[in-house]
Amino acid sequence: MAIFQKRVKEFDTPYAVSAAVKNGNAATKLSMLIMGFGSIAHKQVLKGLLYLAAEIGYLWFMIQNGFNCLYHLITLGGQEKVEVWNEAKGVYEYSGGDMTILFLLYGVATIFVTLGFIVVWRANMKSAYEVECLAKEGKHIKTLKEDIAELLNRKLHWTLLTPPLAGILVFTILPLVFMICMAFTSYSKVDDRLTIFNWVGFKNFATVLGMGNSIGKTFWSVLAWTLVWAVFATFLNYLLGMILAIVINRKTTRIKGFWRFCFMLSAAIPQFVSLLLMRTLLKDNGLINVMLMNAGIISSPLPFLTDATWARVAVIVINLWVGIPFTMLQVTGILQNIPAELYEAARVDGAGPVTIFFKITLPYMLFVTTPYLITTFTGNINNFNVIFLLTGGAPTPVGSTAGKTDLLVTWLYKLTVDQQYYNVGAVVGILTFVILAIVSLLTYRNTGSYKNEEGFQ
Amino acid sequence: MNEKEKKVRSMKTRGMIADTIVHIVLAVLAFIWVIPVAWIILLSFSTQKGSYVTSFFPKGYTLNNYIRLFTDRNILDFPQMFMNTFIIACCCCVISTFFVLSMAYCMSRMRFKMRKPYMNIAMILNLFPGFMSMIAIYYILKVFNLTDGAMIRVALILVYSGGAGINFYIAKGFFDTVPKALDEAAYLDGATRFQVFTKVTIPLSKPIIVYTVLNSFLGPWLDFIFAKVICRANAKYYTVSVGLWKMLEKEYIDSWYTCFAAGAVCISIPISILFVIMQRYYTDGLSGAVKG
Repeated sequence: MAIFQKRVKEFDTPYAVSAAVKNGNAATKLSMLIMGFGSIAHKQVLKGLLYLAAEIGYLWFMIQNGFNCLYHLITLGGQEKVEVWNEAKGVYEYSGGDMTILFLLYGVATIFVTLGFIVVWRANMKSAYEVECLAKEGKHIKTLKEDIAELLNRKLHWTLLTPPLAGILVFTILPLVFMICMAFTSYSKVDDRLTIFNWVGFKNFATVLGMGNSIGKTFWSVLAWTLVWAVFATFLNYLLGMILAIVINRKTTRIKGFWRFCFMLSAAIPQFVSLLLMRTLLKDNGLINVMLMNAGIISSPLPFLTDATWARVAVIVINLWVGIPFTMLQVTGILQNIPAELYEAARVDGAGPVTIFFKITLPYMLFVTTPYLITTFTGNINNFNVIFLLTGGAPTPVGSTAGKTDLLVTWLYKLTVDQQYYNVGAVVGILTFVILAIVSLLTYRNTGSYKNEEGFQ
Repeated sequence: MNEKEKKVRSMKTRGMIADTIVHIVLAVLAFIWVIPVAWIILLSFSTQKGSYVTSFFPKGYTLNNYIRLFTDRNILDFPQMFMNTFIIACCCCVISTFFVLSMAYCMSRMRFKMRKPYMNIAMILNLFPGFMSMIAIYYILKVFNLTDGAMIRVALILVYSGGAGINFYIAKGFFDTVPKALDEAAYLDGATRFQVFTKVTIPLSKPIIVYTVLNSFLGPWLDFIFAKVICRANAKYYTVSVGLWKMLEKEYIDSWYTCFAAGAVCISIPISILFVIMQRYYTDGLSGAVKG
């Protein structure tokens, strides 16, 4: 808490909004209602007009659409779609009714616009108060030109951050909030069609987390497999990739460049290509099975991707094929940074290569690469491509929404895109996030690089 | 022969045996890693029809797969997909690089109230499954009428580069290593912060800029799922990855199997070259701006 307070003080300004409201003169206080009034009163006409324009624009938007959107966000629902007989096509069609999904989206967007407006309003108050104080003290009041020049200098972060932040807001945060909202609604396919929906509170979370129904049971089994997969995929890749890098880096290993090239080759190929390639090789009538059968070694195809256990092992092994070269690339540089004295001391004490690996190399690497490991772990939990392109989650038990190799993300894809159970999908997404956050925090706090920053110096 | 010599000799033989084993293991591993790659190259020259392959080496060799890939433009139009992806990748590259570098510079050099909160929020946002917001993004794009016809390309550009600013951590780490003394010298000469950014920091940051540019250029080539969800059935706007995936679907696999191999080879060559270049700059970037 102490750190937090200190940081706030660091950026303390005498022109805070609260001070403006408390101590400002009439013009400043009027700016609360008529934005830009304070600026105009002190001859910053254009700046003031810009604030005013922002206010008018916002109010116009709210009267035209905004209040309506907010109202719909609270009530959602509305008119049901009506079944209408379509003469031309000879089918029943659903027409009319309210597009609840758009209500939700517009409602969330309106909240974002409002928050943006509050930011502008605060800036308006600050600038009004600042200009008032400066005028009182008889100091120079900035012209618009100087204000703009300021945007390239002291306030450069405003200029540089606005476009990327706007992008993040629209394409990352807004969709995320929208999806999180969806988790609390009843937006889901019922009887082959999407209907209007309403707020249902935590009901969906109970469905997913409860063991009583099919979704709940699927969730726990998918979660278990996701964790098993992520642990194996991360640590096997890490260990084997590191051993490979060490072996290639040995003093007496010849043609190092050639070996590196061989492994780099598969790392450089786009991942989706190598995954699709592996899938065609391992199919029931793929090359490996056919060759083994022709050679008379097996009589029926090996169920690489069709039997649950085979498929689970297969995806982990193929992921090794894809991932080991990457790990090798990442760790080679770090391995060369391990102080040579450590190794020499160990050798003098009579340690063999295995002891050296477990007592020196591994602890050192774990110390340095924990952030990398956490990123890989989260990447693996969210590893959509490997599962989707290799098995598509198959084999899928009859009547289940998830296959035996489905991860939470691929299940999420199936729930939303294929099945259109949007609310359950959103809950699964939120739970994935919670798991990731917990795992990352716990590992990070328990590692040497957090507890003891100078352990290896 | 005295004791010492014996010991040295036995050490030497042990070393030789270890070396031999290591080299054999490496050779076997390298074989496992190279063989699927070699196979797809062979398959791309194969004369066989259909997707049922019985032997590693094809029965005959031909260039027809490549010719068909670039000339058969009726169902799966590979040149069109290639152009789509190329255009998207170029636009993406410009926008993403600008976003990432501006974010990274501000986080590294500017000091403002919301800096720490921004950095933490970025970390948290990265933990959400990227796919989770896909459906929502689709609806947002639909509201702006970007999900039909030629606008699909714009939609894909926005999807790939819109949120790019959030991945600023690597570039920020690099900017942190650019000595602050340089900035201060420039301020003394009367430079504005913007001038310092463009005239001092950027010229010193070649490795990380190349890395960012290549990384954002490769994004659209490597992504599969966003393109698939946004393009849906509009085959005209498919990107390469969706197109290649489509070639292996049930309805096309029999006639497009060898063409898939040809397409995979065509895509992999330029991408692997870019990837290798990128890796080199990435390692350069990690070691900082001023070599110690």
